[in-house]
Amino acid sequence: MLDDFFARALIAGVGVALAAGPLGCFIVWRRMAYFGDTMSHSALLGVALGFALAIDLTIGVVIITTLAALLLVAMQRAPWLSMDTLLGIMAHSTLSIGLIAVSLMAWLRIDLMAYLFGDILAVGRGELVWIYVSAGGVLAVLAAVWRPLLAVTVHEDLARAEGVPAGAVRLVFMLLIAVVIAFAMKVVGILLITSLLIIPAAAARRAARTPEQMAVLAALIGAVAVVLGLYGSLHWDLPSGPAIVTAAALLFLASLIPLPRMAR
Amino acid sequence: MHRHDRGADGGGRDDGPAPLIAAVGVGVAVGQRTILDGIDVAVHPRVIVTVVGPNGAGKTTLIRVLLGLIAPSAGSVRRRPGLRVGYLPQRVAFDPVLPLNVGRLMTLTVRRSREEVLAALAETGSAHLIAVPVQSLSGGELQRVLLARALLRDPDLLVLDEPVQGVDFTGEADLYRLIGSIRRRRGCGVLMVSHDLHVVMAETDQVVCVNRHVCCAGPPEQVTRHPAYLALFGARAAAFAVYPHHHDHAHGPGGEVVPLAPPPASGAGGGRQAGG
Repeated sequence: MLDDFFARALIAGVGVALAAGPLGCFIVWRRMAYFGDTMSHSALLGVALGFALAIDLTIGVVIITTLAALLLVAMQRAPWLSMDTLLGIMAHSTLSIGLIAVSLMAWLRIDLMAYLFGDILAVGRGELVWIYVSAGGVLAVLAAVWRPLLAVTVHEDLARAEGVPAGAVRLVFMLLIAVVIAFAMKVVGILLITSLLIIPAAAARRAARTPEQMAVLAALIGAVAVVLGLYGSLHWDLPSGPAIVTAAALLFLASLIPLPRMAR
Repeated sequence: MHRHDRGADGGGRDDGPAPLIAAVGVGVAVGQRTILDGIDVAVHPRVIVTVVGPNGAGKTTLIRVLLGLIAPSAGSVRRRPGLRVGYLPQRVAFDPVLPLNVGRLMTLTVRRSREEVLAALAETGSAHLIAVPVQSLSGGELQRVLLARALLRDPDLLVLDEPVQGVDFTGEADLYRLIGSIRRRRGCGVLMVSHDLHVVMAETDQVVCVNRHVCCAGPPEQVTRHPAYLALFGARAAAFAVYPHHHDHAHGPGGEVVPLAPPPASGAGGGRQAGG
């Protein structure tokens, strides 16, 4: 079954979605959608770094996106510019510098479209293993920091007064986003990664009564979006990354349909 | 360190145990602006200390320094090692994007069984709210739930920043009575910020009047007669004196508190009421 490129794509996409859903919930709860987007835009620079230093591209992406996140946190203290302006500056300038860096490496012949919009149908067996190792690692770390991260998200002062190390918890959270971006890049591409993080989480909101329910639902909705998107792309010959995102958006729209209220 | 005068009926706590938490000469400055200057405050076990002061006096900043949320620019904060703090912040608002019911809010930073959660909620009369989304609580319900949440940590010290905020007038007195009864039952120290002078006095042992520095401090009946206090709260202080409150205790011949109900075993730390 793993010999079939479509089966590999399905398994890879579901693996990414299972990790992206719960992590994406925190991005939604913490109102960091554009923060995540900016981190992912800087990923192309990470790819360039990986090629330039001849290191693993994933490591290059994790390094650069983490640096971008830390830079954003540091710049947040600049009171004369609002966060959305800073995010806009960072997102587009890092993407542009990444594009320039890749184009300057004349010896490099890379498929830019694959990085920007994903190339899930080209996932190999080795990558499949790596996706599951990374996704498992992300979920394990997220589970370990779940309680303090949630406490900091609900009310930071309350959490800190009760002994939660807020700074360390936030740093771990940003590292997790960086890792997810690095391995989700393959599936939907740099420009569409944020959608895989936030759309399933947003779609899960109305049905959930606790944060944990929302996280599990987001993982499942993301997985369903991957399956629907990939079958849609196979059936109608659509680009796979955008098909997955569109499927997620349709699921989100479906979640808005008013349900008959259950008796309390 | 400055010792606050506790008065003749102060219970002799000056010789009692070490304070749970103490600010010693604490100052906070932001840029050129002095927010707090030379503040001495100490909270002992079983004692309710209420910080009063006008808006912008630095009351919340003082609380945040004591909790370790901001570092003082002068002086220091001493905490008893291993101190467990239950905190009720000012103006808590919950983002509707995060689904959270009361039961889950209770175990945000601690792991507790459902029975323990229900017991803590029952202590503040809010056990029936356990499945309710936090965003739909009324002001009074929210404060009671947050108080129960603080109790779930079995705190040595309760820190309450404007606990009656968003609570209607009759609810205010009830909530202060509840805080007083929690202190008697659990023996924890309480540090409270309030601008509701008249209602809060009934359940306070020690008042610290802050306006950047400590204007005056002591038992409520003394502070309310202090010139510095009257200068800050003249009109409202006068209103306090004639406030016709209901008593939940009587006063003995020496002015000490005699509860209407049988007194607690220790006899220490009963509520005190001025102007009554």
